Amino acid sequence: MNELQTILSDSVNGLLSDRVNKALIQKAEEGVFPAALWSEVEANGLPRVLVPEDQGGAGATWADAAIVLKAAGEHVAPLPLAEGILANWFLAEAGLDVPEGVTTLLDGEFTLSGGRISGEAKRVPYGRDAAHGVAIVNGDVVLVPLSGAQVTPGMNVAREPRDRVVLKDAAAKSAKAALPANAMRLYGALTRACQMAGALSYLSAQSVAYANERTQFGKPIGKFQAIQQQLAVLSTQAAACGVITDFACAQVVKRGADAAFEIAAAKIRVDDASSIATSIAHQVHGAIGFTYEHGLHFATRRLWSWRAEFGSGAEWAKGLGRETIKGGADALWPHVTAR
Amino acid sequence: MQPFRFDLCELPGETEGLRQEIRAFLAEELRHVPKVTRAQTWSGSDPEFSRKMGAKGWIGMTWPKKYGGHERSFFDRYVMLEEMLAAGAPVGAHWIGDRQSGPLLLRFGTEEQRQSILPRVAKGECYFCIGMSEPDSGSDLAATRTRADKVDGGFRVNGTKLWTSGAHTAHYMIALFRTDSAPEAKHSGLTQFLVDLKTTEGVTIRPIKDLAGNAHFNEVVFEDAFVPDNMMVGTLGGGWGQVTAELAFERSGPERYLSSYLLMVEMIRELEKHGGDEGAETIGRLVAHLLTLRQMSLSVAGMLEKGENPALEASVVKDLGAIFEQDMPVVAHELLGIAPTIGEGSDYEQVLGYLTQTTPSFSLRGGTREILRGIIARGLGLR
Repeated sequence: MNELQTILSDSVNGLLSDRVNKALIQKAEEGVFPAALWSEVEANGLPRVLVPEDQGGAGATWADAAIVLKAAGEHVAPLPLAEGILANWFLAEAGLDVPEGVTTLLDGEFTLSGGRISGEAKRVPYGRDAAHGVAIVNGDVVLVPLSGAQVTPGMNVAREPRDRVVLKDAAAKSAKAALPANAMRLYGALTRACQMAGALSYLSAQSVAYANERTQFGKPIGKFQAIQQQLAVLSTQAAACGVITDFACAQVVKRGADAAFEIAAAKIRVDDASSIATSIAHQVHGAIGFTYEHGLHFATRRLWSWRAEFGSGAEWAKGLGRETIKGGADALWPHVTAR
Repeated sequence: MQPFRFDLCELPGETEGLRQEIRAFLAEELRHVPKVTRAQTWSGSDPEFSRKMGAKGWIGMTWPKKYGGHERSFFDRYVMLEEMLAAGAPVGAHWIGDRQSGPLLLRFGTEEQRQSILPRVAKGECYFCIGMSEPDSGSDLAATRTRADKVDGGFRVNGTKLWTSGAHTAHYMIALFRTDSAPEAKHSGLTQFLVDLKTTEGVTIRPIKDLAGNAHFNEVVFEDAFVPDNMMVGTLGGGWGQVTAELAFERSGPERYLSSYLLMVEMIRELEKHGGDEGAETIGRLVAHLLTLRQMSLSVAGMLEKGENPALEASVVKDLGAIFEQDMPVVAHELLGIAPTIGEGSDYEQVLGYLTQTTPSFSLRGGTREILRGIIARGLGLR
């Protein structure tokens, strides 16, 4: 890790491991936004990690931001931190000012005309708590206050707010940015993949810890080969996801949106791993892990939610496979090794 | 936190020239080699091809020049390996010597052993096999029973090695023998030896047909075979430690995820003909796993280059890699439903025929899946 990465890692992991606990997540699931924690996260500059320094951010790269995104997933922070990081980056890319407070992503169908935005996004993360939303409309990055928006509450299975947001001629600021047409989906998938890699790493560590604690037949269950083999599988899945998400972020640093190849691969890989890993983690934890009381599900329910957000693995695989087949059998290897 | 480390490792730009040179070489050399032959990759043996690679300087690439090596980086070697495997080059003859036995001799061998053997290995003229498994010692390597008893000027060897790949073509075996049979010397009673398979009397090599009808592995019987003192490798009783040190080199290379790559290529070629989106999702998933495994394997290569010992990470790569390789014929069957064939049919059908039969060995050779997961579990603090 370089110096900035160490600072970011200490800052985000220190803050989240200190503040995120069962009570806080439970309250968030009951609909109470953890405003105090959000203020601290903002005071630490975390939502602006990808915003250049001259625009009031940390000036970090995606490789650095991966550390924050993974930590957000690993600590199952019930905050729109990943969404904020991405929304603020879009704004910065367009040269727009980054507002204070919660800014979320509007992934939906919108039109922009005469400085006013209309349309609808069906599942907006923390739509009810956000002061601003960021949409991408025909190459324009659009910043819109959500005070006048029609917000219908909804949630994903992790009980994170996923609200329907309808805008009608809402006054907005906008500017062109050099982003691909599918920027929302693409970078949304990357942020989710990073969060998921973090959550998988948590699942692995938590499951190993539990297997060392829980005693049956006179010894910790982790001493049984059947359990050891399962935990080994879980840990290798988590390791694979750590690598492919790091790689995807590094490729974004290197080639911008041309890293769509690696971003797709990352979302596909973590989607696959999530299905395997959540199953093993629950099996190892037994009945206690199936209770609301035990915190395991805060991570597993997030993984079950996130794997379907910003395109499921299957959706991304279809696209990646289509391009691969179109490119031809003999073009794959040169392509892979050129990255 | 995870107990393993997989830092990203980017191949240095200067490896690109080598990659292109190898591709041009292979395009020419493999022009008329059938796909099903290529699918054997590092199980396919062709001494003629090995000698050409030796002449190119592509064997013993990282070894000192005074032993016939080329003092190139691990990254150059990595690029060479992945290009050979992806193209399905018949690298099997020199494979063990280049990957394992050469580095072992560099590390633990005597000066005489290095000087007399390594230059021939690097020329692609001298081949190795590994004598580890026995009838009663497979995964439980410390149960090795083949005995090397001290006699005047050397050791007298009696016992049987089993599943020894390439023993029938190899010049030397790196063998693990028991030099101390005391119960308390289970690990410390093991010693590595070089056995000259072409001249040593009392050594009988019998090929064993595998389920596909190929004879790649053998039973090697030692009956009062004499191995001179100067053929001991490393220290007396140091065999266990030396063997485990080899494993990081053995378990993380590109051969641990590319063994079925040719089938993936032929699958894509089939789908190209079909058009539309047929199979796209399946291929996309395979590409995602391929990309991930390559980065993991490269990460281990980066650690080896730095002189670190990524034995645990290597086990992770091999376990995940074998799953990927073994899924390939299953996925191919589900996707296209075309019957595998032997000796006739399209490239796709024949490659599928070969790999359908061969893939079970991928999670057996070089450490079974269960052994690897046991190593990983130990790394996790469970054992």
